[in-house]
Amino acid sequence: MGGSILGNRVLRKEDPKFLTSGGVYVDDLLDEPALLGALHVTYVRSTVAHGNITSIDTSDAASMPGIVAVFTGKDLGLEFVPSAYNPAATRTLLATDKVRFVGEPIVAIVSETREEGEDAIDAVIIDYDVLPALIDLEEAMASSTLLYEACGSNVVFDSMVLGLPDNTGDAYFADCEVVAKGRFINQRVAPCPLEVRGAAAAWGKDGRLTEWLSTQHAQGAVAPLAAANGVDPSMVHVKTPDVGGGFGAKIGAYPEELLLGVIAKKVGKAVRWRETRSESMVGLGHGRAQLQYVTIGGKRDGTVTHYQLWAIQDSGSWVDMGTILAPFMTRPMSSGVYAIPNIECRTTSVVTNTTPTVAYRGAGRPEATAAIERAMDIFALEVGMDAVEVRRKNLIPKFMTPHTTVVGQTYDVGDYETSLNKVLEAADYKGWRAKQKAARDSGATKQIGIGVSVYVEITGGVGNGESAKVEVLDNGHALIYTGTSPHGQGHATSWAMLANEQTGIPIENIELVWGDTDLVPIGTGTMGSRSLQQGGNAVFAVAAELVNKAKSVAARLLEASEEDIVLDKDSATFHVAGTPAVAKTWADLALAEKQSGGLVHSDVINVSGATFPFGAHVAVVEVDIETGKVTHIAHTACDDAGKVLNPMLLEGQIHGGVAQGVAQALLEEVCYDPDGNPITSNLADYAFISAAELPSVTVVHMETPTPVNLIGAKGIGESGTIGSTPSVQSAVCDAVSQFGVKHIDMPTTAEKVWAAIQSAR
Amino acid sequence: MIPAPFDYKRASSAAEAISLVSEYGEDAKFLAGGHSLLPLMKLRLAQPAVLIDIARIQDLSYIRDAGDHIAIGAMTRHMDVEKSPILAEHAPLLSFAASHVGDPQVRHRGTIGGSIAHADSASDLPATTLALGATYVVQGPNGTREIAAADFYIGFLESALAPDEMLTEIRVPKMNGATWGFQKFNRRAQDWAIVGVAAWKRGTESGVGLVNMGSVPILATSVAKAIAGGASVSDAAKLAGAEAEPQSDLNASAEYRVHLAEVLVRRALESTSK
Amino acid sequence: MKVTITVNGTTHESDVEPRTLLVQYVRESLGLTGTNIGCDTSSCGACSLHLNGESVKSCTVLAVQADGGSVTTIEGLAKDGVMHPMQQAFMENHGLQCGYCTPGMVMAAIGLLNENPSPTEEQVRIGLEGNLCRCTGYHNIVKSVLACANNK
Repeated sequence: MGGSILGNRVLRKEDPKFLTSGGVYVDDLLDEPALLGALHVTYVRSTVAHGNITSIDTSDAASMPGIVAVFTGKDLGLEFVPSAYNPAATRTLLATDKVRFVGEPIVAIVSETREEGEDAIDAVIIDYDVLPALIDLEEAMASSTLLYEACGSNVVFDSMVLGLPDNTGDAYFADCEVVAKGRFINQRVAPCPLEVRGAAAAWGKDGRLTEWLSTQHAQGAVAPLAAANGVDPSMVHVKTPDVGGGFGAKIGAYPEELLLGVIAKKVGKAVRWRETRSESMVGLGHGRAQLQYVTIGGKRDGTVTHYQLWAIQDSGSWVDMGTILAPFMTRPMSSGVYAIPNIECRTTSVVTNTTPTVAYRGAGRPEATAAIERAMDIFALEVGMDAVEVRRKNLIPKFMTPHTTVVGQTYDVGDYETSLNKVLEAADYKGWRAKQKAARDSGATKQIGIGVSVYVEITGGVGNGESAKVEVLDNGHALIYTGTSPHGQGHATSWAMLANEQTGIPIENIELVWGDTDLVPIGTGTMGSRSLQQGGNAVFAVAAELVNKAKSVAARLLEASEEDIVLDKDSATFHVAGTPAVAKTWADLALAEKQSGGLVHSDVINVSGATFPFGAHVAVVEVDIETGKVTHIAHTACDDAGKVLNPMLLEGQIHGGVAQGVAQALLEEVCYDPDGNPITSNLADYAFISAAELPSVTVVHMETPTPVNLIGAKGIGESGTIGSTPSVQSAVCDAVSQFGVKHIDMPTTAEKVWAAIQSAR
Repeated sequence: MIPAPFDYKRASSAAEAISLVSEYGEDAKFLAGGHSLLPLMKLRLAQPAVLIDIARIQDLSYIRDAGDHIAIGAMTRHMDVEKSPILAEHAPLLSFAASHVGDPQVRHRGTIGGSIAHADSASDLPATTLALGATYVVQGPNGTREIAAADFYIGFLESALAPDEMLTEIRVPKMNGATWGFQKFNRRAQDWAIVGVAAWKRGTESGVGLVNMGSVPILATSVAKAIAGGASVSDAAKLAGAEAEPQSDLNASAEYRVHLAEVLVRRALESTSK
Repeated sequence: MKVTITVNGTTHESDVEPRTLLVQYVRESLGLTGTNIGCDTSSCGACSLHLNGESVKSCTVLAVQADGGSVTTIEGLAKDGVMHPMQQAFMENHGLQCGYCTPGMVMAAIGLLNENPSPTEEQVRIGLEGNLCRCTGYHNIVKSVLACANNK
């Protein structure tokens, strides 16, 4: 009888719908009254990476069957808008003068059916005066061919602009007994949510714009939509249908989405838009794309005393969120889990003629972790010590009160060595080393590699808290209004668990409302693994306060004093202490409050800061040394994200994060030819990882609660990705270190591994 | 994502199919399982004005023991080639290769005839049937003829089929206890081969076909000659690239492809699969 | 062109363009939006459904090719409010997160077990090579399919 629901593997209440009739994503809104008869928008995109537009001829397209209108940026009266992160970089939402990446939208076709729109694409004739395409990051950094003349350089953001010093170069390591250097590529990857981007827009008779958007943050789209459509933000209503994955790339609104209202107004009808996957591969923001110059130095006994990182961030062709991840996410986390006393980190963000970079699962922290972990490995090679022992020697010792690193980041609580020990044991690290030795001694074609990573990351770094409203209806059911924006994370179940914990209302009677800016005007969405620690935290606090309110109503109804009211959570009823037979239900209380605004509480609950999940991963790979082919045969992950609300959901996040992290290490890369043409712009060419390339993951549980919020929880959404990538890359390098190979860049494709073996031997 | 518009005709017999394709000429393509053609049409890389659906022609899907060879109807789906007990006994290299085409959903629709007629050097079955010394039976307005696989592939996506001809049957010689191996080297399980090898050996007789080592499927005749001359498998395998003209592309350099072919030919011939 | 296709037990007569994909037909003509489109190269499998009892990628089948045939989509699996064992297994094993790949994944998984009722983990992973998921990392999908196989 009773007992807390928290910490239990509660099955998801969302699932029956998703499994039987399917989610209702933006392209499924067939019965939405405001969208009946909506026209379709198709964008014509640049086929040139860098060029001046000399002419656009839309006349042939406009006369094709089913074509209602064809608009250029000039037709729509688009004005130049500056980047939020470097105002000297400006663009029109449809390119008018210049194109800066293959895929940049230039023309909008409005048609009766989607097919007719697609048929008309080739009839739009665009002429370009082609300019040199800057694809290579270092070439772009130094080039006098500028993407944005007004920026004066292709360097659009540098940590030095924030007053941070430059790195001091090799002199920094003058006192080190041992120094190792590396140039690491943290390659460009594509987020690839299974649902591509899509949106719909309709103007109401009241002059308000309603936009349905596949987004991670409806509230954040209101102001940009208002600006793009020339209305006050109060005239914009954003609604979020089910969203088929985001991973960071669906934060913020893209030009194609911002323009739908403008187009709808011009044609006088609602419009829908949905990109194809090929469009999404060039139009949805990309992730990572960082070049890292690393130097690490210390003593022969394995103590690391100095670490220097220069992170050169590929911004892509716009100055979007990807530009600022290096200074604001990579740099603060550059020390990782290590007590290195001397650290320098400079970041330089550079525009190139490629798809703009954005946040992608980890958003700057995988890059920081990959750099320091690879650095620890090459340092270990240099001092001739086991990579695990070098790490152990340098770990920040367990701390339960805040710890500030030399880079200036303050971590909440951490116990890195315990996570390392747990994962080594669970992974049977010793057993794998023995198997590796046996394979080496026998000179087998298949060699074993083992990689270990220890990481810490920052979650809840976006936003200071979250809004929540909990309302109990006449029938005793509850509605939770949250400012988070679930797209697979299971908030409907999780927030119901939290509300149930406080109120006793059964989970099946609690529904979640999110992503509708009229119903939830304040919210920071779902990103940066913030939702449980800020959003769930707010639900937990607000539900508790609602219970207090309910007790005062019960006191009134039961003619007792408030301190004597008891909430029996098992029956979800209120009674006076000592007389349980006379009880009021939540429904009774809600009815009683009906005339005075209902039984509801709403608040914005702040937290005291970000949190720092941590852990350790062990990856085991098998490398066929004749071909270089890598097979990932075992993966063990110990991820500590504080107090665990629902272990089933936690594990799901770890599994998913690991898959994306492994994918970066082994398989995936967005590639361009030297002219800036994308050559991995569909799912046949882009090596989106499948079940056949992955092992099952052994998850080792560890919970070190954080004092930063009521629940004691950190965020788990990105930890799996951050911890896994370096462990897998390390394992591949470890498999072939016997041949003298020191480093292989990601993705560690068969040819790269084979070539590394050939050159080292 | 949606093909350009086209007209659709259904043929209920091979003769009708040929008469339709004669009528429409170069504007027409046959549609069997559609899993080579429709992906191209959806990306608008192919825009035939007319599709002639031959999937409903009766009795073009069969696998029969015809004495010294197995006769396979052109409309036989990959899944049926994969699961055929007749092929498991008499041409297991082919059924094993078929089990590696695409993924299960693809194998429920794609056909061996469609794959061969499409003549993509990166497909598994052209090289496999080439290695097995298959003969393709082809029907045209003037009757039927047989084309040896070795004469069938003449260029990039180009076969010896005349525009008004239709592939109707694939004849695969029985393997008579040969050992065989099929090596498909790719990045992900669902991917095309970066390099693939279909090989069989019986004493000093052998046949080796290479996938994605040129603009056409490659018959590695130098390897077979070396084995016929008594060379060891590992020595013969070093000649794997002799007839090939591999490309460098996103997934591999030409140099690496040659190296892979040598390794994979050796492994395919060393295999004791039966 | 007129086609007659039975979908989830109901026979429909419709007029379609030759180029209409089967996935468009079920989604747009019949309003069965459970089946999703995830790519344009037949790579992702989100569009998987059963045609004449076998799993196929409905984005690579023309509606006219399915004329006279029988289609089962995700909406046709549960009977009288009772989920199919595969749907049940996915729910019990957290085999879905955002749900976008799920209908195709479930249909492909049912097809897999129809042809191999007791697969090994490796056979499940290879059997689902044509179905991509970005959220789950496949771990719980594989677990769901094996659980369903073991419960039969």
